[in-house]
Amino acid sequence: MGELRLMKGNEAIGEAAIRAGVDAYFGYPITPQSEVIEYLMAEKPHERTGMVVLQAESEVASINMVYGAAATGKKVMTSSSSPGVSLMMEGVSYIAGAELPCVLVNVVRGGPGLGTIQPSQADYFQATKGGGHGDYRMIVLAPASVQEMSDFIKLAFELAFRYRNPAMILSDGVIGQMMEKVVLFDPIPRWTEEEIIKMSPWATTGKPLNRERNIITSLDLQPHVQEQRNIRLQNKYATIQEKEVRCEKIACDDAEYLIVAYGSSARIAQKALDIARAQGIRLGLLRAITLWPFPTKQIRELLGHVKGILTVELSSGQMVEDVRLAVEGRVNVEFYGRMGGMIYTPEEILGVLKAKIIGE
Amino acid sequence: MAEIRLEDIIRPENLVYKKTPLMTDNILSYCPGCGHGTAHRLIMEVVEELGFQEKTIGICPVGCSVLAYDFMNIDMQQAAHGRAPALATGIKRTWPGRIVFTYQGDGDLAAIGTAETIHVCNRGENLTMIFINNGIYGMTGGQMAPTTLEGMKSSTSPYGRDVHMMGYPLKMTEVVATLPGTYFVTRQAVHTPAAVRKAKKAIRIAFENQRDNKGGVSFVEIVSNCNSGWKMRPVDANHWMEQNMFPFFPLGDMKVDGKIVK
Repeated sequence: MGELRLMKGNEAIGEAAIRAGVDAYFGYPITPQSEVIEYLMAEKPHERTGMVVLQAESEVASINMVYGAAATGKKVMTSSSSPGVSLMMEGVSYIAGAELPCVLVNVVRGGPGLGTIQPSQADYFQATKGGGHGDYRMIVLAPASVQEMSDFIKLAFELAFRYRNPAMILSDGVIGQMMEKVVLFDPIPRWTEEEIIKMSPWATTGKPLNRERNIITSLDLQPHVQEQRNIRLQNKYATIQEKEVRCEKIACDDAEYLIVAYGSSARIAQKALDIARAQGIRLGLLRAITLWPFPTKQIRELLGHVKGILTVELSSGQMVEDVRLAVEGRVNVEFYGRMGGMIYTPEEILGVLKAKIIGE
Repeated sequence: MAEIRLEDIIRPENLVYKKTPLMTDNILSYCPGCGHGTAHRLIMEVVEELGFQEKTIGICPVGCSVLAYDFMNIDMQQAAHGRAPALATGIKRTWPGRIVFTYQGDGDLAAIGTAETIHVCNRGENLTMIFINNGIYGMTGGQMAPTTLEGMKSSTSPYGRDVHMMGYPLKMTEVVATLPGTYFVTRQAVHTPAAVRKAKKAIRIAFENQRDNKGGVSFVEIVSNCNSGWKMRPVDANHWMEQNMFPFFPLGDMKVDGKIVK
């Protein structure tokens, strides 16, 4: 078993990055995730593993430093919060178009605009539906604990490199700021330059005489070539949708009613489930772990016995659209959310479930 | 008079110049008379002569030189508009043993990428930056650039640049020369054989500085023409450049070995 520690979610991101053998972190401070870069700077990862940590002049620069280093096959990441992530969207689109692996962490705060520094889940659309321009997808993981903040760094890099695609950890101010115990995984050594050149023959590591030059670009001026690039991307996304869906089903086997939630909302919903079960209500919880690819099939499979679904999110209702697409009108899907940094209680969720779904 | 045949002329004993193998055989996409091709060649010649081909990574921008990777036979990355210095930072910080250079136009380096330009220079990254300044947006179709001269016409300043409405032409090279993170800052041209020889020497210094880890950005501006965007014949464009661009953007070294010389 790995080392047990009490940590903030944001600190767990920083520690996991060092242990995952990450080569570089480029970031810009923004509440509520500044502890990521603060932790990294204090830890001197350059001495521990040789990892580079650099505070950039903006999120625009951070993501483009990630782009540059990712194109050389290095393991690189950044983190930010909502307004900063908006600034990164141009770079994410280029990275997705050029098919490069990297990891982004968004510790979401309330919006739109400068919004609030309190937690929110209102960046679901941006993370799962594009955000930047063009037809692309990011792999999106939603941690619901400090443990998963750590574990998902490792997982996100595995997926990012498996598919040469950006992966995002979509967290929120609750998970980022709260302290929990976390079992840290054992450190993975950073890849050597020789290993990178062997593993990522596409990377721009300097052209040896015995291979053609490598070019990293998202540009094809000829439309039929650009279409082929897009088709290749879409085929890759289809594979990811087929193979990489992750979700957690709690008390779903006999569930008459279902809550669908992710991240901190799923933690609160789990408490609502405990109360409901104690009252004899057969409630289940499906926690989406990958938000893209979305657990469409996994929700559909429960419709034989589930009579109604409540989706809870700290937003005006974003993931609920994907739940409704999964359900295709076969059962009633209702939504409950809080916005602007406000958070619901388990009792509040249960009350809405009874009023809107069970019909008491 | 005997017939002149090309194969009689192109013979080994007549060769006075040979294209560096670091330039590909692809036909340049630049307009006849444009300085980009010469600038590309000088950079590739320097990379070849210094033996850097296997360890050089270039960044091309958005603009006319967006396809520079079609012509330079080295590993290259294409950046978003203005972001080349950030990409270069990401590469150099994770591969400190590689030689990294950016190649950017005036819109890229001195307008949309101003923050990246200033901060890469201010951090003193050990990089080489090549800045092609032709005072106009070539690829996009002749719009006003940050370096468009006062009174100069473009498609977005059709009556001439009115500095009170549109701001002043920006001397970015003078700006970066003041920053402690730049080690070598110079302004060159490539429109005459003499200018080409000086420019190549400057580019060579800029790459040698990086190799020797002098601790700072080596920044080479090349004032160039854009006969298409300026709507002039190539020779006229070069004369116009000498008469109008050079007085405002004077050629020569600004900073050598970390010390301001002009």
